[in-house]
Parts: sequence; C-alpha cells; structure tokens
Amino acid sequence: MHQTQPKEAAHQPGALSRRDFLRRLGYAAAVTAAAGGLGFFFHDAHGPRVLSPQKALAGLGDYARSDLTGPAGKMAIVEGLDRGATVTRGLEALGGLQAFIQAGDRVLLKVNAAFATPPALGATTHPELLAAVARLCFQAGAAQVLVTDNPINDPSTCFRVTGLEAAARQVGAQVLLPRPALFQPVSLPTGRLLQQWPTMAGVFAGVNKVILLSPVKDHQRAGASLTLKNIYGFLGGRRNIFHQDINGIITELALLLKPTLCILDGTVAMVTNGPTGGSLSDLKETGLMVITTDPVAADAVGAEILGRSLAEIPYIQMAAAAGAGVADYKQLQPVLLRAQ
Amino acid sequence: MRIVIVRRLSQIFFFLLLLWFAVVATPGTAWWQWRGWPINWLLELAPLTAVATFLATGTFYGNLLWGLVAIVLTAILGRFFCGFVCPLGAMNQFLGWLARRGQPTLERVAANRFTPSQSFKYYFLIFLLILAALGTVQTGLIDPLPLIYRSVNLAILPLVDSSLHGQRLYASVWLLGVIFLMVASLNLLRPRFFCRYLCPLGALFGLLAALSPWRLGKQKAGKCGDCRLCEEFCEGACRPSEEIILGECVLCLNCLDRCPTGRITFAGRPSAAGEKGLPDLSRRGLILAGSGLLLAPWWIRGGLSGDRRDPLLLRPPGALAEDLFLARCIRCGQCMRVCPANIIQPALLAAGLQGLWSPVINYGLGRSGCQPTCIACGHVCPTAAIRPLSVAEKLGLAEFAEAGPVRIGTAFIDRGRCLPWAMDRPCLVCQEVCPVSPKALFLRLAFEIIRDGESLPAWMFGREIEVEAPLPTEVNLTSGDYFVGILAQPELGLRRIKRRSENRLVVEGPPAPSGMPAERVEIDIVVKLERPHVDPSRCIGCGMCERECPVTGERAIRVFRENESRSQSGRLLV
Repeated sequence: MHQTQPKEAAHQPGALSRRDFLRRLGYAAAVTAAAGGLGFFFHDAHGPRVLSPQKALAGLGDYARSDLTGPAGKMAIVEGLDRGATVTRGLEALGGLQAFIQAGDRVLLKVNAAFATPPALGATTHPELLAAVARLCFQAGAAQVLVTDNPINDPSTCFRVTGLEAAARQVGAQVLLPRPALFQPVSLPTGRLLQQWPTMAGVFAGVNKVILLSPVKDHQRAGASLTLKNIYGFLGGRRNIFHQDINGIITELALLLKPTLCILDGTVAMVTNGPTGGSLSDLKETGLMVITTDPVAADAVGAEILGRSLAEIPYIQMAAAAGAGVADYKQLQPVLLRAQ
Repeated sequence: MRIVIVRRLSQIFFFLLLLWFAVVATPGTAWWQWRGWPINWLLELAPLTAVATFLATGTFYGNLLWGLVAIVLTAILGRFFCGFVCPLGAMNQFLGWLARRGQPTLERVAANRFTPSQSFKYYFLIFLLILAALGTVQTGLIDPLPLIYRSVNLAILPLVDSSLHGQRLYASVWLLGVIFLMVASLNLLRPRFFCRYLCPLGALFGLLAALSPWRLGKQKAGKCGDCRLCEEFCEGACRPSEEIILGECVLCLNCLDRCPTGRITFAGRPSAAGEKGLPDLSRRGLILAGSGLLLAPWWIRGGLSGDRRDPLLLRPPGALAEDLFLARCIRCGQCMRVCPANIIQPALLAAGLQGLWSPVINYGLGRSGCQPTCIACGHVCPTAAIRPLSVAEKLGLAEFAEAGPVRIGTAFIDRGRCLPWAMDRPCLVCQEVCPVSPKALFLRLAFEIIRDGESLPAWMFGREIEVEAPLPTEVNLTSGDYFVGILAQPELGLRRIKRRSENRLVVEGPPAPSGMPAERVEIDIVVKLERPHVDPSRCIGCGMCERECPVTGERAIRVFRENESRSQSGRLLV
C-alpha cells in the first residue's frame, strides 16, 4: 500500500492522500447505506403479535366406505378365543376384508399401545390381532400397512414391550412412532375443545384406509376405553387437560376421524383397574370380537361386554347425537357368529 | 508396521469403540441397541473405579475385575492404557497435535519439557482415595473414563441422535459441556494437559509403571548429542532425553520413532541416562492431599446423606441407601443414557456437593414415569450403586411377593393445585395412569354445588327445567359431569344434565306425565367430582401420575422420597 501512495503524501506524515480519503468515504457510505437499508426493510414498529394462529386442519379425514349402503353387512360379532380366527370369520361375514381394502391401498392401523406392559396384561392391542389384520390387509392387496399410536409411556418402549413392533415386523407392516414433524394443529369446525390442537396428522400422508384396533377396557373417568377412546392416541400436546370434559372430548374425537373399519377386541376384557391394569386378575375372558364400520356402535357393544349400561358411559350417546354413529347397535343388524 | 502407527490405530479403535458403546446404550432389540454389547467394558478396564469402590466397599463388583487386568499389565509394561486405550487420552493427544501443527521443533520440545507440577495428579489421586476409603467415591468426577462417558452420553450424543432415540433432555447439561470443552482446550496450554497434570487414573498407572520391568530408556551411556528430538512429540513429558521419569511415560513411543540414532529402546533394563520412578512428591503436596481426611467427615457432618436430605431426592429403582450409594456411584451417566423415559438426570446440588452429577429422578423432564417392567438402569450400572433388579423383584412378584415392589418414593396430592380438589373440575388423569394393580390412587366421590349454581329459581316440567337465573357459561354443563338437585324433592336425587339451550336444561329421568303442570322449584347445579387419594401402601413412586398431571407448572401430585425401599429411615408406614 505504501508503494502506491503518491510521493507528496509520503513526505507529509499524517496528511491524507485523496485516494485513501475517497476509499474511506466509500466505506462509510456503504455502511450508511447498509444500515439505512436494514432499518428501512426490517423495522418492526409494533412488536410481535400475540400467538399468530397456525393453519389448522379441519379433521383427520373420512375413510369410511361411503358406497356400502344399507344396514346389512355393517357389524359382525364373533364368539371365540383365537383372535386370528374370530377376526377372519367376522370379516368374511362382512364380505371379506377386500370389501374394504382394495389392491394398492395404503392402510393405517391405529392400535392402542398406550402403556409399556406385556400383551398378557391386556392394556394394549394384542399383537396377534395386529398381525392377523395386517396379514389380511396384505392379502386383500394393500400396498403398505402402517401401524401407529402416540402412547402415554415412552413410544419405542411401548411398541417393543407390547409385542406390537415384533408383530408388525413379522408381517411386513411399518411402525410409525410419534415425532414432532408428524404433528399438525387441528381445529374441528364443530369442536369446542379441539381448536388449534396438535394431532398426529402426518401419519395419514398417502393413507386411504384406516382401521382402529382397540382393546376393551375399564376406565374410571370415561366409563370405558374402547374404540372412540382409541382415537385419543392421535392427539399430541398436553392432551390430559381434556379429562376435565372427557365425554366432550371423546365426542369430538368421534368427529375428528371416520375410520374405514373398527375392530374391538373383546377376547379378553379388562374389567377392573383400567385402563392400565397391571394384573391378570383385572382381566376376564369375554370371548367376543366386534367388527363394524360404526365406531359408536362398536363401543355400545363394548359397554355390554363390560356389563355396563349406556348411562354409565355418557359419551356413547353423545357421540351418536353428534352424528358419529348409532348407539343402538342392534339397528345395524349385527351378524352373530362363532369361530370354529 | 511402525509401532506408532499401531498405537494410533489402537487409539482410533478404542475411541470409536467408546462412541459405539455410547450409541448402543439404549434398550431395544435392533442391532444398534443394547443387546449384549459390553457397553461398560472401557469403564471397567480403567482400574480407578475398581480401586476406589474397593476402598469404599471392600469388594470388586462384577466386571470391575477387568481393572485388575489393567493393573497387572501396567505393572509389567507401563502405562499402555494411557497411550493405547484411553479415549480421552486419544482425544487430548489429537487436539494437542492439531494445535501445534507447523510449530518449530524447539517450541514443541519446550512444550513437552517435564514440569514439577505434574506431581499434582498424584496428590489428587491420594486425596480421592482417602475420600473413597472414608466412604465417598468422588473419582468419577475427574477419572477420564467416567468423564468422557458422561460427556458423550449427556452432552454430545443428545445433540446428534434425536432421530434415533427421540429428543433427550438433561438438566444442567451446559455445565458438563463446558467442562468437556475446558478439558479439550487445556491442550492449547500443553499437549495432554489433563493427562499430565490432572488425571488421577494416570497417577495410579504411574505408581504401577514406576517399577515395571519393561520400560523406555537410552541404550548407551554418555551424551547422545542432545538433539532432544525424542521430546518433540513426547506426550507424557517424561524427560526421555535425560533422566527419564518412568511413572510419567504414557507409552506414546514417539521417542522410539524420532531418535535419529535409534538409541531409545523399550527393554528390560534401566536407561543408560538414568531413570527414576516418580516425580518428586513434596511434603506440602501430601499434606494437601491429606485434607481429604477432613473433607469426607465434613460431608458426613453436613447430613445430606441422612434423613434431612432433600425430600425430592429420588434415586432410580434399585439404588442403594444414600451412603452406600455414594460409596459406589461414579457418575458415568450410563443409567441416564439408557433410561427410556429420560427421567434419570444428573444431580446438580440436590444430593449435596458430594452427589454432584449422581443420578436423580426428575419426573418433570422425562417422557414417562418409571415404566414398571423396565429394569435397564440397574443392569447398566457398572458399580451396582443401582442394583440389577429382575422384573419380579421390581414388581414384587413370586419370591419377592413378601418384600413387595421396589418403591422409589410416594406420591402426595397437592390439594391446593389439584383440579377436582381445588377448582371443582373433574380430572382423574393420575388415577388413570397409575400402573399398580389395584391402583395406588383411589377416589372418593364428592358432589359440589358450582359457583353461582346454588338455589336457583326454576320451573320444572318432568325432565325439562327452565332456570330463571343466568347459568354459568364457562363450564360445559352437558359434559355428563353436571347434575341438577331439586331442593324440595331430595328423594329425586341428582339428575344428570343431558342437554342445554340457553336457560333450559334437560335432565335424565322420566318424562312428565301428561296433564301435569309445571312446578315452581329451586335447584342446585352440582358437579360430580372424583377426588384422588393416595394409598401409600400401594404407591411405588413410579411418577406416572406426576408426569401426566395436567397441572403442568408445579404438578398437583408429586413424588417425594418417603417410603422409598432403599432406606429404612425413609419408611413411612408401620
């Protein structure tokens, strides 16, 4: 730099050369322009707005087969203790799973994997049922079978200890564990509770059939944990606050999602100490498998399996009144069968 | 192959092995999860844990016997562990080399000059062993293996493996991270600063290596030209150019490689230039180390391991009574890493300064309560500070039925915060998630008249009631939890509200007989509350209730250490 300086400047220490001065002036001008530009374009005179609402979904979707009309073929109740046999027999009575699942379908199986307890304790969907249904889905031509839940205990432990992960892997179904990217807010249009509430909407990407696989369990606060309560497992966030209005939230859950099929597993019912159980003495062999397109009717049968009246489980009639199904399941003319 | 290449490959191998063991320390059945991998092996091979817990307990627990193998090998060969195995040493060596790339030889030689302060680690070792002998094992705070396990488990991996294990949170992890960074940056002052000045494990090895039959030394007597190239990369600063200090040699073997005349050898004879076992240990330093004789009793006098300790100090299931626990725990963080619920957390001061970074349970931070069938923490603990339980012992089944389940503590309900107790709102989440059968939480029914719901004038026609007063709008009267009581007709009982439109309520019950006129009545609007109570004889302190309580700030039900299985003094019931 010194070499480029004019001679006069070199002779006058401290004096500014024109070139140097202009360069410094240019630098100052650039900073001035940049600061001015930043201030002009990014100034925020009002401060952050209070919780700008996120774009919310209106629900998790309607997966019901609308082309199945008329009451016939909407519910089968099968007696038996072998889950694979009862669920197969029941589905046959409804025209086979291919009446609901077509070749190339992507099926989401919603299990109840809420607790990290072994399958023998009956607090979760039985892995035999999951394996049987997933296998039938593939036989009906399903391209992909996904299995999911957002459990109460640690998700990966739950899926492992309940045997659901192993059952899924054995038949080639894929387990989707909850992760932040899968959650999106839902505002149910007719909902009072489900407003801007995170739900696991991401698991429905590409899915066109949904089957709920639910155990039959006692539940002190709600009266029973059956099919509709199983939909609770799609909620994220601190969902426990909804226990203040348990019947209200389950009624809204009935509107959040319309499943293709509901399979309520009353082979063994948890009759006391639900929904966690924890002891074999909480279980009772009830020997029934319920397969239906109507989640409300399924729960009405579930109430009967638990020996409870509809008055003891208010959400069933509330969900029926909200249009999610029928509480008087006999209107569906259920087919009663016994598995060989 | 040159021996220094072998050493470098060995260091890389053991460093990667440490990372691999840390990654797989998670319960599960996938190949990258913990299914028989010897994830504690490096911790067990470093013998300071074995020595300290032996002094404190009189036994070598389980695989800590590996430490004796390292002791024997060191007594024969010298500090092979420091040079070839130690992952923290490898990291320090690499960083020290990285920081001095391109430096002239003389500066390198100067940085590797022996300094008398290297004696400090011996005083430190003696201090820690005195503490251990007096019953409080503190070696893990600075022992390089627990240090690097803890740092990797709690500070490093959670930053990168959330896709594998979910987001993991650890309380005050910043402190662990800062200390790890400090250990790393000390290499800017001197290569392997930590190893030379601080490492008590290195000091232990130094004591053994001082007398080892095979050692480094100069082959021929006399001056060798004083080029000092042997010290250009001397990792231990053990002075191979002059009188070598055997206890300081970390067996990096760079001197063998560097000596232009090949005078330095690893052999079973003394160095021709003289040798000594250890750096000089001053009386002053030893007195300082002896201060441990006071410190441990002071800690005991502090009383923090007794009954007066923090009532929220919960230890993982199977943890020993507090004093026995502190005689074993090396704060390696393995239990914190393996816990699938992420509730085992490093203590800051909850267990006193002597319990720094020891595992405590924090149900507020984790993903779940302590899962009933999970026994991972006790099985990963290298020192049995947390005993390895079987599922049967944890749950009190079979031969453990008489002893009952392992209790972490007892849940207490905060009636001032609980929704049904304090705010007339139904809830009962705690009872729902209680995993004990029969549930440790039971309920008592209460019917409370809601605010502004008392003695309201109304017209009643069968099951329809027209209320002539404003009805509250902030609660959902049709949720199934609200009832109407008719004051003049208590025999009717409470009738559940089914529908509401404005001020008209429809309740359960028979319709009005035809021709019957509407009655003028006064009504109460009542909420049905199921209020939770804890049965301390059933509660195991698993914290499912605390974790799921919808009162999120300070939970309305919290687990305290009362009735914990591990201490008699915590017993609550008779």
